[in-house]
Amino acid sequence: MPGATLRIWRGDKDGGDFFEYRSDYEDGMVVLDVVHKVQAEQANDLAVRWNCKAGKCGSCSAEINGTPRLMCMTRMDTLPTDRPITVEPMQAFPVIRDLVTDVSWNYRVKRQIKPFAPRKPDAPDGTWRMQQADVERVQEFRKCIECFLCQDVCHVLRDHHKHEEFIGPRFFVYSAALEMHPLDTADRLADLKQAGSIGYCNITKCCTKVCPEHIHITDNAIIPLKERVVDEYYDPLKKLVRLFIPRRAER
Amino acid sequence: MADGVVPLKLRPRRGFLQTMRTDAWWIGPLLTILGFGAFLVWANVRVFENDHYYSGHGGFNLATNYLTPFYSPLLFDVAEKAFPSGHAILSEKPGFLPGFVSAAALILIFPAGFRFTCYYYRGAYYKAFWGDPANCAVGEPRSGYLGERTLPLVLQNIHRYFLYAALIFILILSWDVLTAFKFYEVDQVTGRRTGAWRVGIGVGTVLMAVNVVLIAMYTLGCHSLRHLVGGKRDCISDKPLSAKMYNCVTCLNNRHMLWAWCSLLSVGFTDIYVWKLARGEWMDYFFTF
Ligand code: SF4
Ligand code: SF4
Ligand code: FES
Ligand code: FES
Repeated sequence: MPGATLRIWRGDKDGGDFFEYRSDYEDGMVVLDVVHKVQAEQANDLAVRWNCKAGKCGSCSAEINGTPRLMCMTRMDTLPTDRPITVEPMQAFPVIRDLVTDVSWNYRVKRQIKPFAPRKPDAPDGTWRMQQADVERVQEFRKCIECFLCQDVCHVLRDHHKHEEFIGPRFFVYSAALEMHPLDTADRLADLKQAGSIGYCNITKCCTKVCPEHIHITDNAIIPLKERVVDEYYDPLKKLVRLFIPRRAER
Repeated sequence: MADGVVPLKLRPRRGFLQTMRTDAWWIGPLLTILGFGAFLVWANVRVFENDHYYSGHGGFNLATNYLTPFYSPLLFDVAEKAFPSGHAILSEKPGFLPGFVSAAALILIFPAGFRFTCYYYRGAYYKAFWGDPANCAVGEPRSGYLGERTLPLVLQNIHRYFLYAALIFILILSWDVLTAFKFYEVDQVTGRRTGAWRVGIGVGTVLMAVNVVLIAMYTLGCHSLRHLVGGKRDCISDKPLSAKMYNCVTCLNNRHMLWAWCSLLSVGFTDIYVWKLARGEWMDYFFTF
């Protein structure tokens, strides 16, 4: 049986440190399995959150060798085992204990985004008609599992702690899913610019790189939203044109 | 977006270049610094050189008619040349322009501005040159942060205006490629052009053609163009032309970084090639029909 050393961060909101655990693992095991093995055999009080072990619940987010990843989707055989593998809680959220962080800030942000506001039903029976080609774009965004790895890696939150002003990539994806929806009528551009501070994003694409659902967060959600914000607030030519020709039903 | 529970109590932020990452995260930014840096230095040298932009001026390349992309469109020729390049828009340099201002200095703001405000390059040079962040999950040098929310970087939002210019530049550079098929007859006795010309093709022609194709792949994959042709609409199925254009731009946009670097390389190399010809240091191989 191959073996590896895990350097796991342990502590709480007041601080903590890395502790090393040597453990065997079997072929096909993921980091979460080894963490559980350590928990069972060496550190019964190690706190770790998980639910599905299938990359679908978004509970087991952590930082493995410095990169935000799902512990349940990171196979041991993809990591070098000649040196310790570090496992630590997400940086951008408060630690509850050991590997478990408090991500409730995200839920509060989500509540402040204007909800889906569909137009009047198209048919008398209260249903709508849409073309697949028009919803395809937002379907990509609906793959999100809310693991918040993108929020964790985003330097605006991670390093600059702009949680009060910036909603982060996850909620640009969420806003895009609503804003680009063919049935939606609400306008979120002012919120994206002001309360959401989409201007803080400097397109580093780190969020895209860590997304376990491979959502093209930057290219398909953030930049298109930035362009819509430009239309509305930063395009003098467009402003001029709109003085003479009132806003067409562009969307 | 807050509701009184912030500021959150977070673990202390990591210092500059500090990270737990074990991969070679520094390679990407380093390559950006080297690639972009070398191009910037070279472009500046060429803009201030104010010479060697036209291959036909260089001794044994008299027959060729290549104009470097750095000086295209050519506003005016350098006065002291034996003969005009035939590419200049004005017959001479306007008198009010100070001596150090070259023809390139006046037009380069467009392609330079386009790349400088390009979404891909922005992300890349913020990392490489400004360390904001040096790379994903790597510590930053400063704790303060303005982003593109306020001046000066909010000005990046004018990218679409540079796009309009860049689309015109594709046409201009394509015209230069057409003229690069023109080869002048040279009188063997006097060593001067006779005035007659033939259609031909040379290494320079091929380089210039490849260059304009790569620039078009880069420009036509622009995020602002993607927005313009269809991205701004929520419903596109009832606009078949818009849908088609959107899909094409999206396809190029998927490889935007690749096109950005390939076209940067090709512009640089095409310029070096014409520069070498114009200095009479390399000889162009061509044949005429
Ligand atoms: S692209 Fe923008 S939102 Fe995504 S990680 Fe970078 S700064 Fe944050
Ligand atoms: S967008 Fe991707 S990385 Fe971000 S929360 Fe959703 S699934 Fe996770
Ligand atoms: S445990 Fe559900 S995503 Fe990892
Ligand atoms: S986004 Fe790169 S050229 Fe417009």
